[in-house]
Amino acid sequence: MATLFELTVNNERVQVAMSPQATLLEALRYGLSLTGSKQGCDKGDCGACTVLADGAPILSCITLAADAVGRRITTIEGLASPQGLDAVQEAFDVCGALQCGFCQSGMMVSARALLNVNSDPSLVEIKHALSGNLCRCTGYTKIFEAVQVAAGQRKPRLTGPPTLALPRKGGGE
Amino acid sequence: MLTLPPFTHHAPTSVDEALALLAQHKDALLIAGGTDLVPNMKHGLRSPAHLVSLRGLSSLAYTREENGEILLGATTLIQTLADDALVKKRLPALAEAAAQIAGPQLRRMGTLGGNLCLDTRCVYINQTHFWRRALGFCLKKDGTVCHVVKSGKRCVAAASNDTAPVLMTLGASVVLQSKHNVRRVPLTEFYVSDGIRNTVIGDDEILVEARIPAPRTGLCMAYEKLRQREAIDFPALGVAVTLSLDAQGLLETIRLAVTGLAARPQMVRCDDLAGRTVDEATAEAARHAFKQCHPLTNINIDPEWRREMIPIFVRRAIRRALSSPRR
Ligand SMILES: Cc1cc2nc3c(=O)[nH]c(=O)nc-3n(C[C@H](O)[C@H](O)[C@H](O)COP(=O)(O)OP(=O)(O)OC[C@H]3O[C@@H](n4cnc5c(N)ncnc54)[C@H](O)[C@@H]3O)c2cc1C
Ligand code: SF4
Repeated sequence: MATLFELTVNNERVQVAMSPQATLLEALRYGLSLTGSKQGCDKGDCGACTVLADGAPILSCITLAADAVGRRITTIEGLASPQGLDAVQEAFDVCGALQCGFCQSGMMVSARALLNVNSDPSLVEIKHALSGNLCRCTGYTKIFEAVQVAAGQRKPRLTGPPTLALPRKGGGE
Repeated sequence: MLTLPPFTHHAPTSVDEALALLAQHKDALLIAGGTDLVPNMKHGLRSPAHLVSLRGLSSLAYTREENGEILLGATTLIQTLADDALVKKRLPALAEAAAQIAGPQLRRMGTLGGNLCLDTRCVYINQTHFWRRALGFCLKKDGTVCHVVKSGKRCVAAASNDTAPVLMTLGASVVLQSKHNVRRVPLTEFYVSDGIRNTVIGDDEILVEARIPAPRTGLCMAYEKLRQREAIDFPALGVAVTLSLDAQGLLETIRLAVTGLAARPQMVRCDDLAGRTVDEATAEAARHAFKQCHPLTNINIDPEWRREMIPIFVRRAIRRALSSPRR
């Protein structure tokens, strides 16, 4: 028997029918087809499922859908706006801050959470804020660089051709 | 993909309502942040018929000082303990411990109550049902043997909560409330040496608050944590200390606690140190801890190494406590 959960996801009130014991991640991925949040370890270790709840980064794989009711959930899909990509997404793209890409959406959500409360973080603060997100390709250098680029602290080391054909804020490079 | 066993979810909006639900349903568990319970349920270690969520009990999320005590509500987030001005100023070792729990996301989910009631941990138990069945189940769940102490009749899974040793050295107690009763238990008596269930809390009780005697002027404190990575990892060893010096600069009081080793966080007996010089007392406290603590193979980090690190971490904790600014 399914339960109808009323969630607020990316500024929209949505209803999603799931088994009563569904996690928030399952409701997002399998109920709402928001597959940007990844199912990695599925037990709270890796950070690939990170979403924002009322602005704070949390792990959706160990949050019950029932306990997400009444909270404002933002997923990676909610970072971009009709005007274009979020500065964090743009920076990850331009810096090539991914290898296999599995950890990337969780990384970007954690980075966004950091920049929302600290617009000019030090490298130590960036490392600290991303310390709950594992990258098993260990591509951390470019990931940290991308957060610095998103914060407007530096230029990307290498600027290759844009890898995504999505509209860019401010009309691209 | 790890699925959860079936349960009925309850979302009470008051402590009374939550207590009534616990009284009504025998097979019920509380869920606060769920950061311990949900993984354990996914591993098939717990399968309560009812989950009573504390998420709606914002009335238990507070930190305040009142009548000579510091009161910390059970649903206070771990991140709040790390950032809160009162905690940082009055209980700096608690803020240090909280800041080192798990990772950034988990600190914004996990609560003080859930941390104090954290289930014990063992390399043979925090595994999927498939893994545990393949090896053979153990005493803590579904089995009759212990893989750590082969002939053991008692589970020795490790108490792994970082806040517990700090609060023990501060002389804290916890307030446990049920539908018909409220009791106050010193934290040193809250934990028992049984890895299957290492607290005295009843099935119908909620830990509503921790109470800490306001530290007097001159009390120094610190928490040191050993782990493989600087984030996410549970303590392989945690050492908490509070101490004070007299007017001559000799040791006056010391309380020392360790965690991450046995089924309960353990106070280290240091009765004979008052009146000693700081150097003597530090060396002696490190020796006491080494003698009194015996790491096991319950976690996946060499017990010999963890034992060697005990005196080192005790000395480090004392040194850092003494070098922190006096309040
Ligand atoms: C990858 C990972 C790393 C972690 N690292 C650490 C670490 O380094 N240090 C550490 O200490 N912890 C660590 N944790 C464990 C956990 O995140 C914290 O201990 C957290 O504070 C638990 O709180 P919670 O609210 O999420 O507990 P929950 O999971 O909600 O509850 C835990 C237990 O306590 C009971 N409970 C909860 N609240 C109450 C209450 N008010 N009264 C009575 N019973 C209650 C529940 O029934 C359950 O049995 C880690 C967890 C993960 C997944
Ligand atoms: S200490 Fe022994 S009984 Fe307890 S969880 Fe580990 S293997 Fe099982």
